[in-house]
Amino acid sequence: MSKGSNNNPSRRQFLSGAAVAGAGIAVAGAARAGDPLITEVQQWARGLGEGVDATPYGLPIRFETDVVRRNVPWLTADPISSINFTPIHALDGTITPQGCAFERHHSGAIELSKDDYRLMINGLVDTPLVFTYADLERFPRQTHVYFCECAANTGMEWAGAQLNGAQFTHGMIHNMEYTGIPLRTLLEEAGFDTSAKWVYVEGADASSNGRSIPMEKALDDVLVAFKANGEALRKEHGYPVRLVVPGWEGNMWVKWLRRIEVADAPVESREETSKYTDTLANGVSRKWTWVMDAKSIITSPSPQAPIRHGHGPLVITGLAWSGRGAISRVDISKDGGKTWETARLAKPGEKMALTRFYLDTTWNGEEMLLQARAMDETGYVQPTKAQLREVRGENSIYHNNCIQTWWVQSNGEAENVEVS
Amino acid sequence: GPASAEKFGLGRPAAPDEIAAWDHDVNPEGVGLPVGSGSVEDGEALFGDYCAICHGDFAEGVDNWPKLAGGQGTLDHKDPLKTVGSYWPHVTTTWDYVNRSMPFGNAQTLTVDEVYAVVAYILYSNDLVEDDFVLSNENLLDIELPNKDGFIIDDRAESEYSKWSGEPCMTDCKDKVEITMRAMVLDVTPEETKARKVQEL
Repeated sequence: MSKGSNNNPSRRQFLSGAAVAGAGIAVAGAARAGDPLITEVQQWARGLGEGVDATPYGLPIRFETDVVRRNVPWLTADPISSINFTPIHALDGTITPQGCAFERHHSGAIELSKDDYRLMINGLVDTPLVFTYADLERFPRQTHVYFCECAANTGMEWAGAQLNGAQFTHGMIHNMEYTGIPLRTLLEEAGFDTSAKWVYVEGADASSNGRSIPMEKALDDVLVAFKANGEALRKEHGYPVRLVVPGWEGNMWVKWLRRIEVADAPVESREETSKYTDTLANGVSRKWTWVMDAKSIITSPSPQAPIRHGHGPLVITGLAWSGRGAISRVDISKDGGKTWETARLAKPGEKMALTRFYLDTTWNGEEMLLQARAMDETGYVQPTKAQLREVRGENSIYHNNCIQTWWVQSNGEAENVEVS
Repeated sequence: GPASAEKFGLGRPAAPDEIAAWDHDVNPEGVGLPVGSGSVEDGEALFGDYCAICHGDFAEGVDNWPKLAGGQGTLDHKDPLKTVGSYWPHVTTTWDYVNRSMPFGNAQTLTVDEVYAVVAYILYSNDLVEDDFVLSNENLLDIELPNKDGFIIDDRAESEYSKWSGEPCMTDCKDKVEITMRAMVLDVTPEETKARKVQEL
């Protein structure tokens, strides 16, 4: 992937020579002149690098410019109420770098300073309260890792194979370590009515993105977060404060959180009636489909991450997650689901967080129909698209957690396909 | 009763005018709906001034911008058209959303009466009221949208979870596998990515 040496003629010559020779193992075994990257003293081994004062806050090295968010202009009417995609094809591990973690706004990424920030709790409470940002930092904190997956992730794929790349088919997701206050703590501070069934949460932006959340979830694990991956939230992710709703659809992770209302009934706002409702084949629609079910995706090889290294050892890797608990197992098929082998989890699955899997295998140029199938601790097995369609039809838009197939061809290129 | 937990004494009481400034939500029972009214006729003019550039003169939508009218009876079709008239369950949601978040780029600029008028015009565009209709806090709850009963609460626990649980097949799971659809045939992935691919190949 690295284009680091593209402007170095000797390096390019070396690479093209290897390509002509074909299999890497054969080249390694052949007697030939030493690699000039080793036999010649390189500039970086002789001269000096940058000083520590060059970059107070760094960006990735220029050779990694492929690892960026991308959008698909035709998906939405304009780029303000729109979506972009995390480059999951190029990442590893589980933590998403904030700078390339996907965005979804309904009226743009607003700029709201800590000084201007206010959070209100009102409705069925003893004392409606207003907090400043500084107030929030004085409550006891918790830190947890969770995935945030847009309800529409993979939504363009309901009717068929459309977009060619894991970034586009599965990149409406990020996974961060959040620090914040349990929502429960703030509700208790205001003295919420324990008979109240709902909270309504909304953002400070023009869209407001208001959503109703049942009190049971609000009191369980919802966080009012102000740090992600160790630092303040990025502007586009809700700076300075957002809601974190573990396992539940990303729309409910209200950014720039400004108000929490305790209520005895749901608001049935636009974002839980017109949007984020899932239409079944008979025209009836599910509402309040909050949980994101178990899902997985092979991130490499994939259409944006083809096999370029020739035959021999191959690492098949990807991500699995479930909104209903921890991932317990991921199976991989190379033949479109005829046979499966169990992958290795980088570490045991964590509840409502991304889990990295690997299958260390050998590839000798055979075509593969690669699939991953996640299982979570409830025993749920990620379904095929055919299974999902059988229950739901093709018009659900949201909650497409189907098994994805990549067709890896003998030249190592991969394509998004559907199989029988 | 109120929750009795340890309190930290942080924050301060919210003032009534602060709550009034931010708490605008309206639920399907009409809780939160302010006193006011607006006619289809006034709504048509307002819609022309503030909304039609994106949503069309008749709320039929321009380009890729949302269509607010039409589509009734299409929800079980291949490409359903989901609008206020064909899909939305509650008029209160239309009122609430227009009031808080529209027009796009200039939200929270319509007066209460103007919101009633714009919503009246959207109802008229969906053939749900006559052209002399006046919408108000008094009669808004009397209007039933066609798809008010079109929603069920998430039933995945009953309809899906047991079906897709348990030890899955590991070997000889199907006789044959054929490719039935290809993304490259559709060819709608952004050019930037394709350009990169060609460059690298």
